[in-house]
Amino acid sequence: MRVAIIQFPGSNCDFDTLYVLNNVMKVKADLVWHKKDDLSDYDAVILPGGFSYGDRLRAGIIAAYSPVMKEVRMMAKDGRPILGICNGFQILVEAGLLPGALLRNSSLKFVCKWVNLSVVSNKAIFTRRLEKGHLLRMPIAHNEGRYFIEEDDLKELYKRNQIILKYVDESGKPNESSNPNGSIDGIAGICNDEGNVFGLMPHPERASEELLSPFNTNDGRIIFSSMIEYLKER
Amino acid sequence: MKTYLVKVTIENKPSARDPEGETILKDLLIKGGYKQVKAVRTAKLLKMWVEAGNGKDAKEIVSKLCDELRIYNPVAHTCSINIEGE
Repeated sequence: MRVAIIQFPGSNCDFDTLYVLNNVMKVKADLVWHKKDDLSDYDAVILPGGFSYGDRLRAGIIAAYSPVMKEVRMMAKDGRPILGICNGFQILVEAGLLPGALLRNSSLKFVCKWVNLSVVSNKAIFTRRLEKGHLLRMPIAHNEGRYFIEEDDLKELYKRNQIILKYVDESGKPNESSNPNGSIDGIAGICNDEGNVFGLMPHPERASEELLSPFNTNDGRIIFSSMIEYLKER
Repeated sequence: MKTYLVKVTIENKPSARDPEGETILKDLLIKGGYKQVKAVRTAKLLKMWVEAGNGKDAKEIVSKLCDELRIYNPVAHTCSINIEGE
């Protein structure tokens, strides 16, 4: 089992993700430069957080046209697990691998804090081990995280269980103050209809060790371990 | 061949809030005494200098590239294309 972590110019969570996969999850992972056009050695792909191309034009749009994305598209079509974290989520959306758009936070501020997330669906490979309503704590750090989609398409996402994570308060209820960026319905993460492509704004790689969590939690691990377990079963 | 200036304006769809426009209206214009202004929407403007046989062709090239290269995200944005001096 081998996981590719794609590095775009401006990625900055690449090494954190590599560290978690190699040292915490104990799986083989490599950093792969975005100009590589062959990912045949890999079973899964992670697009890490950061500011690819300095967010020019729109967060994620220029990276969506990187040579490696052709290969990522093919792997997505083959049903391989593809995970986009923060800027990686923005890239997946701009590449058309996930529906919707990620707009500027409604506060117009960069938001960096720990949030509570509720699992809405376990359709994604990355949440398959979780029950609906399970609460996770992870940090967010972004300026363009306001998930937007038109009402009709939103209904379709609900119907197909593609809404995976929502921002909630400590008791697990969504409300205005628990929504850090103005996302429609407090959406924090979605997957494609097949469940193999998953994007989320929170950072599971920053929440995988108790030492790094103010709550002594390691909730981010479940996202990676669900993927690893899936790959082992294949 | 002539060079034409083509302007591409990208803005949020009416159904997607524009908090920047709202802040400009609420905290700058209205507080500054300009109550006549009822709404503000911000947009991104791209100016493209395009070589083409005529203005119509220049506009068509830009229209094609906007769709093909997702200069705007059709889920959240509208995109209008205007040509200078035509």
